[in-house]
Parts: sequence; C-alpha cells; structure tokens
Amino acid sequence: MDLGPGPVSIQLNVNNQAQSINCEPCLTLLQVLREKLGLTGAKQVCDRATCGACTVLVNGKRVYSCSILAIDAQDAKIETVESLAPDGTLDALQQAFVAADASQCGYCTPGFIMSATAFLADNPSPTKEDIRKGMCGNLCRCGTYAGIEEALLSMSKTPKTSAMATEGRKRG
Amino acid sequence: MADYSWPIAGSRTTIGTDVTRIDTPLKVTGRAAYTTDVQAPGMLYAVTVGCPYAHAKIISIDTSAAEKVPGCKAVTVIQKPGTEIFWAGDDVVAVAAVDELSAQLAAKAVKVQYSELPHLVLDASPHPPDGFAQPMKPEVQGDPDGAFAKAAAVVQATYSMPVITHCCLEPHGSVVAWRSGALDVHISTQSVSGIVTQMSKALGVPASKIRVRAEFEGGGFGAKLAADRWGLAAAQLSKLAGGLPVRLIVNRRTEQETGGCRPSAYGTIKLSADAKGNLTGWESETWGTGGVTGGADFPVPYLFNVPNQRKQHTTIINNIGSARSMRAPRQPQACLLTMCALEDLAAKLGMDPLDLVLANIALTGPRAKIYQEEFSVAAKAMDWTKRWHPRGKGSAGPIRQGLGLSFHTWAGTAHPAACSLTINSDGSVAVSAGTQDIGTGTRTVMAIIAAETFGLQVGDIEIQVGDSSLSSSAGSGGSGTVGGMGSATRRAAVDALQALFAKIAPALHADPSKLKAAGGKVTDGQSTVTWKQACAAIGALPITARGVNPGAGALNDSGVGGVQMADVSVDVETGVVSINRLVAVQDCGLIINRKATLSQCYGALIMGVGYALFEEKIMDQNLGRMLNPNVEFYRLCGIGDIGTLEVHLMSGKGYDERGIVGCGEPPVISPGAAISNAVANAIGVRVPSLPLTPDRVLAALGVPS
Ligand code: FES
Ligand code: FES
Repeated sequence: MDLGPGPVSIQLNVNNQAQSINCEPCLTLLQVLREKLGLTGAKQVCDRATCGACTVLVNGKRVYSCSILAIDAQDAKIETVESLAPDGTLDALQQAFVAADASQCGYCTPGFIMSATAFLADNPSPTKEDIRKGMCGNLCRCGTYAGIEEALLSMSKTPKTSAMATEGRKRG
Repeated sequence: MADYSWPIAGSRTTIGTDVTRIDTPLKVTGRAAYTTDVQAPGMLYAVTVGCPYAHAKIISIDTSAAEKVPGCKAVTVIQKPGTEIFWAGDDVVAVAAVDELSAQLAAKAVKVQYSELPHLVLDASPHPPDGFAQPMKPEVQGDPDGAFAKAAAVVQATYSMPVITHCCLEPHGSVVAWRSGALDVHISTQSVSGIVTQMSKALGVPASKIRVRAEFEGGGFGAKLAADRWGLAAAQLSKLAGGLPVRLIVNRRTEQETGGCRPSAYGTIKLSADAKGNLTGWESETWGTGGVTGGADFPVPYLFNVPNQRKQHTTIINNIGSARSMRAPRQPQACLLTMCALEDLAAKLGMDPLDLVLANIALTGPRAKIYQEEFSVAAKAMDWTKRWHPRGKGSAGPIRQGLGLSFHTWAGTAHPAACSLTINSDGSVAVSAGTQDIGTGTRTVMAIIAAETFGLQVGDIEIQVGDSSLSSSAGSGGSGTVGGMGSATRRAAVDALQALFAKIAPALHADPSKLKAAGGKVTDGQSTVTWKQACAAIGALPITARGVNPGAGALNDSGVGGVQMADVSVDVETGVVSINRLVAVQDCGLIINRKATLSQCYGALIMGVGYALFEEKIMDQNLGRMLNPNVEFYRLCGIGDIGTLEVHLMSGKGYDERGIVGCGEPPVISPGAAISNAVANAIGVRVPSLPLTPDRVLAALGVPS
C-alpha cells in the first residue's frame, strides 16, 4: 500500500458504489466522506471518538468515522446516512425519529440514526435499559434523548410502552 | 380594523396540538445543510493562530514564512502588534489555503512574539489580586441585622457553580465570499438579520450588499449572536484571495475554550426566618466571572423579595475568554444560590421546603398564584407529601434517595419580527422571514399559524427562513422568536385572508365580512368553494401581505413561571448521583406547538442535568488555559443519565388568553438547584458546589479522599 508522502490512491465502497479517491493518506474516513465525496450527513464534532456525530457503518458495525483513516477502510462496506432514503422516502427508523420529535438542531441526528440502525439490527426488541446502554456512544447537546428513546421503543418488534410522561406521557 | 386575535379555545384546529416538525425529514436523512456542510467552488480553508497565553501583549508578527507555504492563498492579521490579549486562544492571525492541511502548515509558520502579562483564570476568591475584581456598591433594604438578631433560625453557607461552556455541536464558523463589493455569507448563527448590520459596520460594506444565510444551525444557546472575529476574518481572507469563498470553522478546542462561556457564580448567603418560617433577612456576598467582559452579576435573592436585605456583588475580571449569553442568562446562578439557602433554612427549621416556599410565596410578587398552582401540580406528580422525608432521614444503606425543589421565572418577550406571506392563484401558500430555526421549531410554528388562519393543513404551507434577504427579524434570544414570528405570521395571514375574501366575494355573491376559511373550504354559510377554487379567483398577481409583530399586546405577553422537583439517588460509597425523576411544570401562555414546547422543556431538563452533575470549564492557573477543551473531559449529559422526565404544561383557561410567551429558556433555570437540594435531602449534608461530581459528594460526606 502506498502510504505517501503526498496523495495516494484510495478505493472505497461507499453506499454500494465503488469510489476512487486521490488524497493524503492521513485523511480520516470522515474527512474523505465529507470533503471528497460530498456526503455531509456525518458531522465532525469532537473529532476524537466521543460524540458519535460522525457515526457510519463499516461492515454493518457502528464506527466513529473521525477516528479511522480512509486508507484503513478500503476493504470494507461503508454505509452513510445518505444510503437510507436514496429516493427521499424515509425508512421506518427515520419516520420514528420524525414522529417522536427526536431532533432539535439536528446536528447530532444523522449520527444517532446510523448508530440506532446498527443497534436495532442487533437488538430488534430493545428495552429502555438496552437503549440507554446501547446508544450511549452518541451525544446530543439539545437534549433530544427522550424523543430518541421513544423512537427506538416504537421500533421494537415486541412493542413496549414508552416511559415518557407528559400529562400521562412520561419520557426517559 | 382586522381582528388579529388568536382563535379562542375550542375553535382551534392546529394551534396547541402536537404537530410534527416540518423540517425533521431533512435532518434524519442528512440532507439539512449546515454552515459546516457548505462546499463552494474554489473554496479555501482557513485556520486561525491563537495566542497561547492568557494575558499578553503582541510584540511582533511575522507572516512571511506562512505566505510561502504551498497552497497558502491569503494571510490576515486580526490583532496587530501592540494589542493586549486577554484570554488564551484569542485569534491573532488567520490564514487561508487550498485545503485544510496546507492551512494548518501555514498557520504553524506564522511567528508571533508576545510579552506575557500577569493573568488570573481562577474565580474561587472574591478578593483576587488588584485589577482582577470590580466590587459593586453594597445594597441595603430594611434592617437585616435586626432581622438576624430576632430570627428563630439563621443559616449561612457558601454555594457555587462554575463557568460552563455552550458546547454547540456545530462549532462557530462561516463560509464567506467577498466579491465585487458584495458579501455572501453562510454563517452558523442565531441572528441571520443581525449579522448583516454587524458585518456592514465592521467591514464598511453597505448592508444592502450583504446576504447572510443560515438555513440550519447546529446549536447556539446564546453563543452565536455575533459575527465574531472569525466571521470578519473569513471576509478579509476572501477579499485578499480575490473573492474566493473562505471557510473558517473553528476547531473543537477553540469552540470549547473561547466559543462560549456561561459566567460562574459564588455566594456566601445568610438567610433567616421567624418561628413560622416567614423569611426575614437576607445577606449575600456574591461573585463570579464572565472573563474580561463582565456579565457575571445575577439577581439575588431570586424571586423572593425578602424584607430585610444586605447584598454586595463583585465581578471577577479574569482571563478565561469572554462571557456569552447562555440560555436564560443570570437566572440559573441566582436560582441556585437562593434555592439552596432556602432548602438549608427549611432543614434547620425542621420544615418541609415546600411548606417554607408556600409560606413565603407572597414575597414573589404578581406570579405568586401561578407558582402555587404549579407547585400543587408538581407535588401531585412527585407524590411529594407522601414521599418527602426530613433531610438525611431516608433509607439507610449505601443508596440514599432524596427529593428537592426549585422554581423560576423568565420574560420570554416576543422580539421584533416581520414576515412576508403569499397566497398564489393555485392555492399554494408561502411564508418567509429573515429569522432562523435553530432547532426550536420556528418553521413549524409559522406553518401552524398560517394553516390555522386559512383552515389548511400544516403541510400545505411553504416556509422559508434563514436568509437575510427576507423580511428582517431579530436574533433568536430571550425566547422571543415564537412570540415575534408567531405574531407577525398571524397578522400577515389575517390580512392576506381579508384580501382574498374581498377578491372572491363578488363571484360568490357573498358579503366578504361573512366569509370564513375552514377545513380547506371558504364559505359564507350559503355558498361554499374549496380553498383552491377560491384562490383561482386571485388572478395573475398573487396576494401578498407583510406581517409585523406590533409588540406586547393581544398576541403575545411576557413573564412565565415554572416549578421543578427532582428525585435522586446517591451512592454514599462512590459519591455517584443518579437522577430518578425530574418533574417540570411550566407556564408559557398560548402554546402553538405542544410537541415542540415539550421538546424544549425536555431538552432544558437534560441540559440542566448536565450542568448539575457534569459540566465544568476547568482552568489551570499555571498554563492559563482550559484543561478540558474537548467533549471527552468536558462531559455532556448522555442518554443514560436522564432518569425519567415528566413535563406538565400549564395551558387552557387563565393561561391561553395571554397569547404567546416564549419558553425555550426558563426550564433550564431550576434543575441545578432542584437536583442539589435533592442530593442534600438524600445524604443529609449540602454539597456546596456544582457540578455534583463523586469527589465533591464524598468530600461533603467527610470521606477522606
Ligand atoms: S466527531 Fe467522531 S466521535 Fe465525535
Ligand atoms: S439535536 Fe442538537 S445536538 Fe442533538
């Protein structure tokens, strides 16, 4: 593998499309997705594997794309938030987020969506406790966790009553 | 004159219901374009060079090597030699290059010489060395010494909360192109229209030649009301680079270190009551820092006009970065200091704090009745009377449970706002304004009000915001956007509907004053046409109406009250505090979108858990810098930390008639105090400082570290 210095050629499989990129080998997967491929759904926030705003799926698993190099993701299947509603039709999880008002400013939202996509694949009928453990790798400054939890509970294959209460509805 | 008043309860179809936001689909698909996502052809990347010292004078700046770095296209000096720098990280030079790596290399090549000056980045003492404090005049009311002498109980203690940062997930930044004498600005801001004036003044470009856009914004919380050095530097770099767009987005370190800071608050408080629990005396020595810019004063005693008072405040002027307004500025500080003292006094009197508050509720002035009602709702939800136990007298064993309370007020005054509304002959409706939707649901509020007025569905209304070329509206601060934009939209919609009625009345042989629009139809009770059929009569020129918020009056009002109760568990072996439940009762006048109002309340509670338990901007006096300028050690509240949240909105008769009052900020005021009080109730001693971290809890319990 050519490790530079100077730009090297990188082959990626992103959202089922082969991409060939010429860039510095020090670029993270997040930088390549955003700046070279124009896939700006994933966001850079902490840039050190804490907040999850940059979450994408690599071979179906959640990965902080700020914390792996693009050059190291060459043999993998990469999925970004842009892959979920290619023709604009929201998938079930995205619809659940909309219905539960699980987004405010929305900057964390694509990361949460990708994280939840993988989480639900592993936990099709999550409990509140499962969600609180399994989704703790993503942070939201606006405080939309209650809506996110509601959205994920509503996705459960065995429906559970949400723990959300406002005049009869309890959240959290 | 047209009747703009809100439809009365019972006749509303959309206002006050749970409406799903119209822009969330763009957010869940990643298609919402934030400033950081703007990619313009030929765009250059800018990086700033910050001062490494907390206090210094710039001696010299040499940018010659930076200019020679391959790919570097422009270098601008932000602060000239001779300038005094007051906080570490403040920007001195900015460079722009073809890509980020080249810009970073160019920034590294800039040579700046400083002479260091004495600095202070701490704030724990009200008497720092000369020059770092601005003591204010003591204020006295009544006879506090007499009150303390006669009191049945007096408590005295020092409480505090540290500086925290806004920690917006989208950092401050902009993409600016300065070409042909005009500025095209994308900026992460909560003041789209306001940035035009700021940049015009600072750069000498006519305001008419400046266009500012912020279609989506990734969090502001009060920190993004200005163009900042960053926006102006991006403009200068673009000019120097021949008009190429320049992207200047600050990095996480800068965002945390200088992009936002909520002033700290400390106070030694003395509070007394007579044997019945009537508050008699208040004495406080308070202090806090908002960096060099001040802004660290706060209104104590909070809410209660204690009859006899002596108070003195000192603003610490230190070198931590400058204060920016943060969600309900000054209130969480005043609230914590007051409500903690009150709870300590209740404990000393052997009283339930709820009884102590209610015994003194008249001292809170005109909102007393609302607070009373809210306390009864909250107490019922929390089952307070049954579950409350005297301080430290709950369960034995390592996990101790406790309850605490607090309450608050906020103005929420509608801000100046204007919009333009169009009804087209095909029946489509568009509303536009130079306001912004910073995640609070502004777009949806405007759509709800237009839909309600026209008897249409929310999805029938097209909304455009986030562009200064639209009708100027104020920045989103003070919870004023819903009131401002809501009132403006209502007026525009009513006027446009009158114009539509006037146009179609002849064809329907109807009296225009008898026409009504509801359920997608227009009718005078005799003849009925669909909305589309009615609009077909408009002809070639659409109906347009401009709506302006006329200020306080029938459509909006000021002043809300809120009550919160916290239920916590504390592990006295590890010092870990966990939230079991938070109950928030909030009044906010006429609710436009219930769902979004609840979201704001939940979000505020969660932010409240964050500053109560985790958040602190930790400064190092030797380095003069922030030690945790990241999201790893500057800890935010996570999904596992929130317990169960319960929100009750006070609406209906007695509340709705006031019109809109903003409530994005007030629910963030009380959580710190309510949680601190619950912890004291659980473990039997006060943990005097936020955040209530395990080390502080153990120290308060006397566990040797
Ligand atoms: S930006 Fe990657 S985890 Fe925060
Ligand atoms: S919605 Fe704003 S950070 Fe999560």
